[in-house]
Amino acid sequence: MTLALIPLLPLLGAFIPCLFHNRNLNAASAGVIAGLSLLLLLIQAPAVFTGDMPIYIRSWIPAMGLTFAFRVSGFGFLFALLVLGIGLLIVVYARYYIAKEDPMGRFYTYLLFFMGSMLGIVLSENLLLLMVFWELTSISSFLLIGFWRYRADARQGAFMALVITGGGGFAMLAGFLLLGHIVGSFELTDILASRQIVQAHPLYPVTLVLILAGAFTKSAQFPFQFWLPHAMAAPTPVSAYLHSATMVKAGVFLLALMVPVLGGSTLWFTIVTAVGLITLVFAAYMAMFKDDLKGLLAYSTVSHLGLITLLLGLGTPLAVFAAVFHIFNHAAFKAGLFLLAGIIDHETGTRDIQRLSGLKKAMPVTAFLTLIGCGAMAGVPLFNGFLSKEMFLAETLAPGLTGAWSWILPAGAVLAAIFAVAYSIRMLLGVFWGNPAEDLPGSPHEPPVGMTLSPAFLMAVCVLVGIFPAFFAGPLVNAGAEAILGPDMPDFHMAVWHGFNMALVLSMVALAGGVIFYRQRQKLFDIHVWCSRNLDGKTLFESLVSHMIRSSRRVTGCMENGSFQRYAALLIGSALVLGASPFFSDNAPFLGPVPLTTLDPVTLVMGLILISAAVATAVFHRNRILSIIMLSTVGLVVSLAFSRFSAPDLALTQISVELVTIILMMMALHMLPRITPKDSSSCRKWRDIVLSMLAGGGAAAVMLAVLTRPFDTISDFFLARSVPGGGGSNVVNVILVDFRGFDTLGEITVLVIAGLVIYALLHNFEITGPRTDALGYPWSRDRFPIILVNITRPLLPLTLLFSVYIFLRGHNDPGGGFIAGLITATVLILQYIASGIVWTRPRFHFDNHVIMALGLILALVTGVGSWVAGYPFLTSTFTYVSLPLVGKFEIASAMAFDLGVYLAVVGSVLLVLVKLGTLNSTDAQTVSPTFLRKKAIQKEGH
Amino acid sequence: MEILVAASVGAMVACGVYLILRARTFPVVIGLTLISFGVNIFLFATGRLHTNLPAIITPEQTLYADPLPQALVLTAIVIGFAMIAFVVVLALRANGDLHTDHVDGQPDDGRQKGGS
Repeated sequence: MTLALIPLLPLLGAFIPCLFHNRNLNAASAGVIAGLSLLLLLIQAPAVFTGDMPIYIRSWIPAMGLTFAFRVSGFGFLFALLVLGIGLLIVVYARYYIAKEDPMGRFYTYLLFFMGSMLGIVLSENLLLLMVFWELTSISSFLLIGFWRYRADARQGAFMALVITGGGGFAMLAGFLLLGHIVGSFELTDILASRQIVQAHPLYPVTLVLILAGAFTKSAQFPFQFWLPHAMAAPTPVSAYLHSATMVKAGVFLLALMVPVLGGSTLWFTIVTAVGLITLVFAAYMAMFKDDLKGLLAYSTVSHLGLITLLLGLGTPLAVFAAVFHIFNHAAFKAGLFLLAGIIDHETGTRDIQRLSGLKKAMPVTAFLTLIGCGAMAGVPLFNGFLSKEMFLAETLAPGLTGAWSWILPAGAVLAAIFAVAYSIRMLLGVFWGNPAEDLPGSPHEPPVGMTLSPAFLMAVCVLVGIFPAFFAGPLVNAGAEAILGPDMPDFHMAVWHGFNMALVLSMVALAGGVIFYRQRQKLFDIHVWCSRNLDGKTLFESLVSHMIRSSRRVTGCMENGSFQRYAALLIGSALVLGASPFFSDNAPFLGPVPLTTLDPVTLVMGLILISAAVATAVFHRNRILSIIMLSTVGLVVSLAFSRFSAPDLALTQISVELVTIILMMMALHMLPRITPKDSSSCRKWRDIVLSMLAGGGAAAVMLAVLTRPFDTISDFFLARSVPGGGGSNVVNVILVDFRGFDTLGEITVLVIAGLVIYALLHNFEITGPRTDALGYPWSRDRFPIILVNITRPLLPLTLLFSVYIFLRGHNDPGGGFIAGLITATVLILQYIASGIVWTRPRFHFDNHVIMALGLILALVTGVGSWVAGYPFLTSTFTYVSLPLVGKFEIASAMAFDLGVYLAVVGSVLLVLVKLGTLNSTDAQTVSPTFLRKKAIQKEGH
Repeated sequence: MEILVAASVGAMVACGVYLILRARTFPVVIGLTLISFGVNIFLFATGRLHTNLPAIITPEQTLYADPLPQALVLTAIVIGFAMIAFVVVLALRANGDLHTDHVDGQPDDGRQKGGS
């Protein structure tokens, strides 16, 4: 568990520094957390140095192969030590660097969050877990880079870093999934042992490229190098941390980790070596021309990462050893140099080499430390950078290389080394030597001791390792390299002096060349300025992003132009394509084996009426009333069809719904234009005709294909269980209220919601209907014809009685809550139509909302009731009772549910229709419940 | 018989689709209603066409029409009513607020073809 705590402590403790308002407490709490984590790591040191690998495994999501597993390999230990060690130094430094105005607690929170994620990467045993931490570093570095959120360049830099490394992370996740698929496990131990299986697998190239994409984006390798210099908008401690020891090193960490599995193939060698070489030379070249100290260091970092990548690409044991050594060395001197650049910036107010000059007198300590750092960066003997760089040069001369590689590699390496010497000299001499600058924003002076402490410590490491490499760095680097190489570990002894050899000559050439380059810099600058005008990664990136946004807008604009007609056409068109495609890809005969049944003349005539009424609805759609009449004809024939094909319940439902729908449409039409103007061009009309013909033809074809295929149903269960289990012989009704009562509950809920939405849409909505009819005559004065009134009033009790009958018999014969509800609603609406609202409303003393709600509640309570009785939701029970006159009938709990359905239907239908009817009616105001209530209150007041 | 039912379903769907593609709200509502008729018949017919075999258990009868599609279609009819009512009221409200019954809310004067 202590092992898992190493990354978890900073992650979980990240919020702690945020709790304090005191800057010292902010820093101290962050330091304590990082220190504790470091202590836990050091406890593992003895085991690691003896070659063990402590491991901690807890199952997390076994189905996905995700375990919560950590390991401390030698390599992971080296990295974790860098992360925590340099992290602690950054914590100390940042205490003095971050200004009073900036939220320091938040800074440390982000820093710890990042530190924990980074530790997670280097200590994960499971690849998926590693991926989680990998993404966390992308997010936390986004927060850190964008720490000064009020600065546009910080936001842009953070965004770019997130997009590039996050995008690479996606590729890498895909690569990891493939790798896990090939190996059959996501545990690193298994994967690292599966080199043969992986490299022989046909998916190896894809896997390799995907994983490399992730590593290269993170490590800012060519062509993704451009995000790193722009990430320099971050506060300097962040740059020092992210770009020396952590964030960008995660990429090379992963490359090194994958060397035993993916490395050694020609593909690996070609891609990784070439990318490393290009990055190395290109970035070193760019670094020479940067006036911004941090920009110079950023490109130098990219270049050194290229160097490490190149070494890992070579993949020989000594090259890997050199890579590990250089990771350590680079972290030490680059972190120190960033911190020194931060000091210069902090004390003088600028980082511009052109403006800075002669700071040696004012800042002697800083100058001295920078001298060490630049020496290490340039690869001057007796500094640590020299050792690994010499090993690197020796590797580029290795005899194993063939063809063009044998001269391109050493040539590129020497060239990059020359550039490195040149930019190191420029950084040192440009800032500290020469005449003291006079127009600086701040007066240069030495920083507080706390700020010098961290770089001083790092520079001491550089010198000590440079002089006594075997003593100070030997065990650590050996353990690290051995964890990667295993039995291939070279028998190499680090020493300052390896005798006079070719690598030493190249080192000397580089040093001399660098000095010459520095002296001739003015000419170089002129050439460079000419070249670089048009080549900037940031501009390319930004134009790419804006281009992508533009083109996606264009695509969206084509698809979504705000025209409903186009959406509908696209929807129907795609449904057609999707629906038709199985017919063309399948060779099965279109019609099934079931023979057609014979057609009787009556059905044929009714069918023809239905078809012609449907066509008439469409053809006469400009005349809206005619269209509605035709539509109602279709509805009537549909209900006859239900009756013809043995579905009496459906026929009853359809005919009552039909009635209500037509009333609704007539009421709406009263307030809509009566005719439809011509809008569509003939071209569009033909397009629509073709589309609708295809849609109709498709529906008919599918129908025919279904009807001629053999029939297999699950309904035998319902038919067999209806009487003994549900207590009703009308199987349709028993299904509705019992077997599938939960569906019905959902459906009446929808009905109620629709009623409420319609009410909300119409409430306080004012619209005026026309004052004359279609021919221009005023409306008839006889609004409530006496004959209609006299017929409908006696009809009311009769129909209500009938609906009770329909309701009660519903369980055994056609009928039930839905139908009874619709009949009741219809007859009530008929009263409104015939006698008007002024007469009707005061006589019906109920609120439609309440009826509707009661229905829903009753249905719910019935369901819950069976719960209380210990049965599943909506289980029904029944018993038989006899009443005089009515005879024997059964009372089922399902009946209470059906009553709920009945009330919900009555309530919602009445709610909608009455609300619609009272629109545009001045009479309605006088009988509205609120008006009546007000009136009653006024009366009482008098 | 099957061909006639299929043709009816096709006719209702075709006319419904054509009306849905019109530029005014009212034909769209009518089209939706027509399509829901067609869909209801379609769903109902997946239980096959039976004559004089209602799904009401009686001792004399041994064969029954499939009750399950019937139950599903019954609720579909009621839900269909709720949907139609909602669309009708939406059309009404749009007409009241926008002073046009064009589906895209385009004003009647200075009419444009297609979307803007």
